[in-house]
Amino acid sequence: MARITGGIATSHVPAIGAAIDLGKTQDPYWKPVFDGYEYVKEWASKNTPDVVILFYNDHASALMLDIVPTFAMGFADSFQSADEGWGRRPVPVVHNHVDLAAHIAEQLVIDEFDITLINDMDVDHGCTVPLSLVFGQPEEWPCKVIPFAVNVSQFPTPSGERCWKLGEAIRNAVKTFPEDLNVQVWGTGGMSHQLHGSRAGLINEEWDRRFLDLLANDPDELIPITRLEYLRETGTEGIELIMWLAMRGALGYGVEEKHRFYRVPASNTAVGNVVYEAKSKE
Amino acid sequence: MARQRLYPLADLEDIPGTKVFTAKRSREAYHLHKFCMSLMKAENRDEFRAGESAYLDKFKMTAEQKQGVLDRDLTRLIELGGNMYFLVKLASTDGLSAQKAVSTTSGMSAEEYAQMMLEGGRSPEGIRSIRGGN
Repeated sequence: MARITGGIATSHVPAIGAAIDLGKTQDPYWKPVFDGYEYVKEWASKNTPDVVILFYNDHASALMLDIVPTFAMGFADSFQSADEGWGRRPVPVVHNHVDLAAHIAEQLVIDEFDITLINDMDVDHGCTVPLSLVFGQPEEWPCKVIPFAVNVSQFPTPSGERCWKLGEAIRNAVKTFPEDLNVQVWGTGGMSHQLHGSRAGLINEEWDRRFLDLLANDPDELIPITRLEYLRETGTEGIELIMWLAMRGALGYGVEEKHRFYRVPASNTAVGNVVYEAKSKE
Repeated sequence: MARQRLYPLADLEDIPGTKVFTAKRSREAYHLHKFCMSLMKAENRDEFRAGESAYLDKFKMTAEQKQGVLDRDLTRLIELGGNMYFLVKLASTDGLSAQKAVSTTSGMSAEEYAQMMLEGGRSPEGIRSIRGGN
């Protein structure tokens, strides 16, 4: 049977991708950020999954204009890196696990998540920067990836609670897939940041650090946080953190926190990275 | 049956200096955003650079939105419904980093903004709520 063995959460700041692509990771500005990711790279090399279910948001690359799905799962065989205005990132093509994606779609609808499936899309920095941060610069990504896009940009977005329940539903779906697969769930985006106006550059370190504490140890406290509170406390883009709840919900109760990293700034953003192993062996 | 909301929708407008990107704003900026997403192709970026006004005329944007693009006035474009994830494609076409693009809407110079970020970013104190003043 398939099982979810671990989870990673990480910010997906586009400038981090540019720093990797342009060989600037050891520059004084970037080194402290990338030093914080040494652990997850090492951990992932020893704990490479068969499939990653990667929660991210599309940044007006494939979605947000003509079609704005609340929850959308990539269903193509593969996904290219998007050209976001400066050319495609030089990263490997993302290959899907279509059989697992089809099974998850089937199960999610039974659980009343009426999921959107996307048969043709490029994936932007929201998906590719986490892959680069965790797996470096290989010729091919070492596992299959199911890109799972959450609308966190255009109101109404889903709530944190809804994302948590989505994670739980995905956990139940994976458990019933008959093939023996090692699956990880990744939540991406955040932490606090706002990208426009007189509040641009907002960072709420105290709030972010409390979120990191509770995500590991007492996530029930995080579930009822309203969208309005995310906006007020963490900035208009800090609400990406609801995708971390989807990841955590998919791990079940009780995780072993292997790593925690927090750093300000990367470009406009507070960077966070956590690595969890699932305690439940189911 | 009336449905309970956890907070009034109007509260989304209660955050200082902030335009929450709603479905309504998205509608207002649809053609502006169509233009922005067209810049995801190198040949379109070249055509735009070669003649900005002529290129903009291919889109059903308002005259104000076109002027906002020509002026690179991201603050104005956000007032006209724009969202940074679209607008950053214009900035990228100009070779501007996302940080520089964002800084132009902040009322600070790019240098001041970058320095603020290095020093830990902008504190949320006093800018959570217009009504609450906190």
